[in-house]
Formats: sequence, structure tokens, C-alpha cells
Amino acid sequence: MSRAATPGTPAAAPPLGALALADDALVLSHRLGEWAGHAPVLEEEVALANIALDLLGQARSLYSDLGDEDELAYLREERAFRNCQLVEQPNGDFASTIARQLFFSSWQELLYGQLLESVPLAGKAVKEVAYHRDHAEHWTLRLGDGTPESHSRMQAAVDGLWRFTGELFQPLDGLDLDLDALRAAWTERVTGLLARATLTVPQSPQTGGWTAGAGRQGLHTESFGPMLAEMQHLHRSHPGATW
Amino acid sequence: MTTVQPDTAPGPEAYEAAFDAAVAAEERIEPRDWMPDAYRATLVRQIAQHAHSEIIGMQPEANWITRAPSLRRKAILMAKVQDEAGHGLYLYSAAETLGTGRDELLDKLHAGRQKYSSIFNYPTLTWADVGAIGWLVDGAAITNQVPLCRCSYGPYARAMVRVCKEESFHQRQGYELLLELSRGTEGQHAMAQDAVDRWWWPSLMMFGPPDDESAHSAQSMAWKIKRHSNDELRQRFVDICVPQAEALGLTLPDPDLTWNEDTGHWDFGAIDWSEFKAVLKGNGPCNEQRISRRRRAHEDGAWVRDAAAAYAAKHAPVENRTHREEAASR
Repeated sequence: MSRAATPGTPAAAPPLGALALADDALVLSHRLGEWAGHAPVLEEEVALANIALDLLGQARSLYSDLGDEDELAYLREERAFRNCQLVEQPNGDFASTIARQLFFSSWQELLYGQLLESVPLAGKAVKEVAYHRDHAEHWTLRLGDGTPESHSRMQAAVDGLWRFTGELFQPLDGLDLDLDALRAAWTERVTGLLARATLTVPQSPQTGGWTAGAGRQGLHTESFGPMLAEMQHLHRSHPGATW
Repeated sequence: MTTVQPDTAPGPEAYEAAFDAAVAAEERIEPRDWMPDAYRATLVRQIAQHAHSEIIGMQPEANWITRAPSLRRKAILMAKVQDEAGHGLYLYSAAETLGTGRDELLDKLHAGRQKYSSIFNYPTLTWADVGAIGWLVDGAAITNQVPLCRCSYGPYARAMVRVCKEESFHQRQGYELLLELSRGTEGQHAMAQDAVDRWWWPSLMMFGPPDDESAHSAQSMAWKIKRHSNDELRQRFVDICVPQAEALGLTLPDPDLTWNEDTGHWDFGAIDWSEFKAVLKGNGPCNEQRISRRRRAHEDGAWVRDAAAAYAAKHAPVENRTHREEAASR
């Protein structure tokens, strides 16, 4: 799947599936990178950076099969990104970051588990993601079943992000997925964990204002544009430069 | 091996003599060994300051993580900042072997009662600053820290072996970043030169005040915590950097830099010690910002740490319960 990389030329549309997975990983990695220097304990500085690095590695590996990684990351505009809206959500407090990670990593682990035969990266990714999921689960338990304050923050985070989870079960062109099985396994795992964490599973819908699958169509939420502006500005300020 | 054990009927002098003999024989002092109170206090001060520098030092570089201009550079920078958090962790552990907890040291940092390296009070204004920090700041740190691998206090010396390995790697990456910029477009080259111009003198200040004004030096050298004087290390660093700058195609902002045939060293211009003192006193460009951001991260994270402690207390095995609950309620 290689495509001649011309600096400055926006990418032609690569297949949705691989691009969506790469964009998910890039965008979530970027959000986690924003935590550097701000984490609640030193151990979490290490853990969050570690997860961010794994995800960035996944993104780079997937992009490299589609074209030039930097061209894909730095020279596409908001409407050309295919990441789900969940991963672009701002970090918020530590509970929001953990809820986002729980929802996403649980999905990613199951997804790559289904793609072991068809996506070369999947074998490596599924091992990394199992660690991310484990980390998010442990913190969901500690925050949910910790103090009254942490419980209410964790519940608010789960409630706030729930509407972005439906998008995870939209079909992705080019990826052979059993979506019903994915949804069932994800729901069982996540709701079971929320119960153990003494949290309530939201009854609200799993989709937001846009139609389901919006991020996959390049329809994003408003915080995504500023995130890209920050990420891309230096690269775009020096056209043709290498770094 | 426990080295500091007096032979018979231990009076205070016997402990002192055994300690001095161990230091003289280049034996390592270990946590359970007797040591003079002042030796312990000096090490706590120095290791804590070193640990704090790793933690505060994450900020100027983290400032560029979200703007790194290529995915490769972004990965390198994230890994570096992660390593710094790891170095902070080893160093706090080393300090804890001397009987002071990490929480207590962090409280002192947040209250401004313990220092961190003055270099981190300078801002990172362009991407090239990330390279200049790697090359010059990490380079100066390595020059300072390699002799600490032979420091008389075992836990500190062992932490330094590990830290220095990773720092050397970061330094090479910083150099390589600058090289890429220097050989790049005109705009990139100018960015690299500007960064070196701004970071050169502050990097030389990292070796501390001149030997005749250095308060702790003589005692630290006698105890073999320190192996070389500030000025000696500073000279070593300048001698390493001059040819490297040339290889980079960048100049160092010092008109007095000249090769001295007689000494076999590079002579360099006078350092502006008034600037150094101002930064140490808290009046550098970023002192206020660095410490208040650090404090805010700690305060914002209090509910998370409380939650972890409460959860641990609830779910601890029964025999550990009282102890953990006590910890949680503190």
C-alpha cells in the first residue's frame, strides 16, 4: 500500500480502516502527551507517557503502510482525520482521562484480537493495549471505590464520555470485524468493571449530536481543531524542511 | 558489605574514625552504616536537589511535546521526559535510604525550601531549544554526574550509573537534532544558532559558583561526594563543546573563546555571576512559573492520591489493614 510522498501535498484518501486506527492512536497519544509534568504522582508521569509512546508507535507503524507518516499527521486538516471522537476529547481531570482510556483500550484490545490474522501490527499492539487496559481498570477501581470525591468524579467522567462510545462499533472499511461480538464483549467487560468499581452504568445513549460514526467521516468535536493547530503549526511553518 | 563498624567499645570517636577510614579506602558507605550527621544532611540536600531538578526539568521540554515537528522527534522527546520522571523516582529512592521520605522532600520543593538546578528557570522559546537542552544542558549534567558514579555514598553512586547512561543517550539525540537544524533550511539554521546563543552561558553556570566562592565544595570533596572542583568541571565541559560546536556548524556566543597553547585548554570569557545569583534567588525568567505549575500538579492530584490510599485501605488483606488505614487517614 505505498504511495509516493510529495511534501506539502495532502494525502489522497487511504483505506478508511487502517487510517482510522492510526488516527485514533495518534490523537490519543497526543492528548496523553499533554499530561507530561502535570500528573498526580510521579509514577503516573511514567505510566501516561509510556502509554502515549506505545500509541504513537502504533500510529507510526500504521501510517508507514499508508504513505509518509509526517505528511499524514501534519498536513491533513480536521475534516480528513478519521479518528473516533472519543480519543480527541480533552483530558479534563484525571478521572476523565482514565474513563477515556478504559473505554478506548478495552475496545482496542478486543479489536486487535480480532485482527491478529489480517493486520501485521495487531500481535504487538494487543500486548501493549492489554497493559493500557489493565492500568485504566485499576484506576477506575481506585477512583470509583476510593473516596466520595473520587467516586463522584469518576461517575461524572463515565457519564460524560459515554455518548462517544457508540462510534466504536461502526463498521470500518477494509477491516474484517465482527461488530456484534465486539460490542457484546466490550459491553460485558466495561459494565462488569464499572460495577466492581461501585459505579453506575449510564443509561444515556451511546451517541452524541453528530450521526453515529461521525469521527470516521471526518466530523469532529470543536476541541479537535485547536489540538491540530498546536500539533501541526511548527511543521507547517517550515514547508519542505526535515526535522 | 558493612564497612563502618568500629572494632571495639564504640565511642563516637571510634565511629567517626571508622567512617573516615572507609571513605579514605574508597569503600562505599551504605544506608545502615554510621555516618556523620553533616554527611547525611549534605547528601539529602544534594540528592533531593538532584531529584527535584529532574522533575522541574520535565517542564521546559514538555512545553514542546505537543508541537514537536515530526512523529519521530515527538517520540524521542516523550521518551526523554518519561526518563526524567524515572530519574526523579530513582533519586527520591536514594534520598529515602537516608531517612527522608519523598513526600517530605516534595513538600520542601513546593515550599521553596529546597532548590533545583537554576538552568530550568530559562524558557524554551523555539523547537531548537529542545536540541540545545539535550546538547548543552544534558552535556553539562553528564560532566557533573559521571564523577558521582564514584561518589562515596553507595545508593547515590548506583543511581548515577543508571542516570548517566540514559543522559548520554539524550545528549546525543539533542546534538543530532541541532545538526539536522543546522544543515537544514536557513530558517532552521537560524533557529539552532539562536538557541545555542541563549543556552550557552546558563549551561556554564550549571557547574556552580567559582571555586573560591563555593560554600560546600571543600567538605564534599573531603567526603568524596564530589571528585572535582566546579571550575575544573566547567573547563572540561568547555573543552568538549568547542570542537562539537564547530562540527555542528554553529558558533558559541563568546568573543573571548581562544585556544591556550600553554595550558592545553580553551580560555573563555567572564560569566555574569549577577545573573546566576538573581536566578538562584528566584528572579530568573521562569522561577515563579515552574514552581507554581509543580505545586498545582501536586494539589490537583491530591484527590487522586487520597482515592488510591482509601482504596488500598479498604481492600488490603486484614493483617495489613491497620497500618494501611493509618496511612490513608494521614
